[in-house]
Amino acid sequence: MVFLDVDKVTKSYGPLDVLHDINIAIEEGEFLVLVGPSGCGKSTLLNMIAGLEEISGGEIKIKGKVMNGVHPSNRNIAMVFQSYALYPNMTVGENITFGLEMHGVEKSERKKAMLDVATLLQIGKLLDRKPGQLSGGQRQRVAMGRALVRNPDVFLFDEPLSNLDAKLRVDMRIEIKKLHQKLGTTIVYVTHDQIEAMTLSTRIAVMNGGHLQQLGKPKEIYDKPNNVFVATFMGSPSMNVIPAVVRNLAGVPHVEIRRHDDSTSLLKFNDMKFLERENQKILLGIRPEAITDPDGADRKSDNICYLENRIEVIEPAGADTFVSMQLGGKDVTARMRSDTEIITGADFNFAVNMQKAVAFDPESQVRISS
Amino acid sequence: MAAPMQETAIRTGKVARTFIYLVLLLFAAFYMLPLYVMFVNSVKPLAEITGGGMMSLPSVFTLEPWVKAWSSAQIGVEPSGLSPYFWNSIKMVVPAVFVSTILGALNGYVLTQWRFRYDTIFFGLLLFACFIPFQIVLIPMAKMLGVMGLAGTTWGLSFVHIVYGIGFTTLYFRNFYAVFPSELVSAAQIDGAGFFQIFRRILLPSSGPIAVVSIIWQFTNIWNDFLFGASFAGADSQPMTVALNNLVQASHGVKEYNVHFAGAILAAMPTLLVYIVGGRYFVRGLMAGSVKG
Repeated sequence: MVFLDVDKVTKSYGPLDVLHDINIAIEEGEFLVLVGPSGCGKSTLLNMIAGLEEISGGEIKIKGKVMNGVHPSNRNIAMVFQSYALYPNMTVGENITFGLEMHGVEKSERKKAMLDVATLLQIGKLLDRKPGQLSGGQRQRVAMGRALVRNPDVFLFDEPLSNLDAKLRVDMRIEIKKLHQKLGTTIVYVTHDQIEAMTLSTRIAVMNGGHLQQLGKPKEIYDKPNNVFVATFMGSPSMNVIPAVVRNLAGVPHVEIRRHDDSTSLLKFNDMKFLERENQKILLGIRPEAITDPDGADRKSDNICYLENRIEVIEPAGADTFVSMQLGGKDVTARMRSDTEIITGADFNFAVNMQKAVAFDPESQVRISS
Repeated sequence: MAAPMQETAIRTGKVARTFIYLVLLLFAAFYMLPLYVMFVNSVKPLAEITGGGMMSLPSVFTLEPWVKAWSSAQIGVEPSGLSPYFWNSIKMVVPAVFVSTILGALNGYVLTQWRFRYDTIFFGLLLFACFIPFQIVLIPMAKMLGVMGLAGTTWGLSFVHIVYGIGFTTLYFRNFYAVFPSELVSAAQIDGAGFFQIFRRILLPSSGPIAVVSIIWQFTNIWNDFLFGASFAGADSQPMTVALNNLVQASHGVKEYNVHFAGAILAAMPTLLVYIVGGRYFVRGLMAGSVKG
């Protein structure tokens, strides 16, 4: 059953359209992440689900009930804001119970709910403090407590981790994931950080320029991106997109790629359908981890091709070493095991896992589906 | 390491320092002089003043001028002293300050957190009110007060000052609330708080500094106003400033300078008190409103 349904939703400010025909449906207990660069409309969409922004067109339904025009407090949602938005004049306890008080919940019941949440989030000792006396991580917990205490149908998170330092961000990320696994509530989470999106979500909606680019499970988004934007936005370092030409070599499709010295290499393509595109240009999409040193190549792959090319830059990152080179006139990144012996400026025989390669139409930038 | 640091600091030798303090003391004395003259002459018998000792300390100390100024001096036709007028001023100032500050806070709240179409134009018009000279509105205001049946009353005076004050109080609160995070208002909306609940529970408790600014500003302006008091007040609703003028300008009998001085200090006392009590917050609040905004 569809739990949260965003149906043909649009948003415009006067003549300016900021959201175009957004369709997202998720089921109860899902963790939906809205991800995209700044200005893509993801926060606007979240505010529309919350009821803080009006819906210009289409419908938003929660549990099958149309929410258009319903006041935020009557949608049974709770929101965690980027700045936490804790009321500075109230103690932590008052912050947590303010919503219950506004909904006319009895004082004894409020206290019980507050203590439950405080135990769950381990903030029992902070209840009498003011938000100004808390650290960033503690404020984050209190903000989540304030959302949890209402026992809402849907949790909304608006870039909740972006104000924390790198280490705390990773810790809180795990904690949010734990909380979701424990409580099983439906969550809509906005972020511009694609790693947060991949790690937290059960479903990702990638947005750009007010359009929904792709909605799918994290693995789908990662392995089968709808278009070049999704391919390059998700993943770090981002997917290599290399101009190439389809060739027919004895009845088997190959892609021809220009190397650093303008000579060409042929890589076998698994999908026979590409024979129809013989001598046509495509954009070949390969993730950095699919271009490796030969020993590091995926043994389960049924199509490893080899490609000799010059190493231009070596970036040791500890666990891996990233190598930059020129292919098809573009900078291409390969991901090697850290102890591979490589020398800047020397030629190296790379292993390319063509099973993981995808192709895009150079005109429309859309993935050529097989 | 210590030596080069001293090089960069402003160096003041003993001579320079003494000079600086001397100049400062001189200026302080200069500015305090009027208060000194007022005070010493208000505790002297009249004969000592007319005898030519304006600057000297009293040789006979008496509180009689103060008592007379407060309770029995001739104001206009009544020998009532300033006390009834003092209370008139209090009755005019307190509601006017309170209401204009609350309205300014509400205006600021709406103008920053509940933006509407043409709100900047609306704010501009409100600001314009700060620049309208008092004299221009005298006649229309007299007519309005007549229509409302408030002519010659203390409430009427309060009303005039409220209307004139809203421009300033709105400016203060708007600038203060402009940096108030709108996410707090969103959070309160989701929590189910209404328009006035958000105002009362979330914004007002954080408005201490700017409220002090508004109160001090309004209090001193309204208390010190003479023009509106002289124009719109009836015989029994005249504020302190008008009464003081009547006391000092009396054209009959002996001019009792010592009583005049005592009366002038009495008239200035409340604003002085407000500054002493709230001055620290005044500067702090002005900074909060202007620099951050």
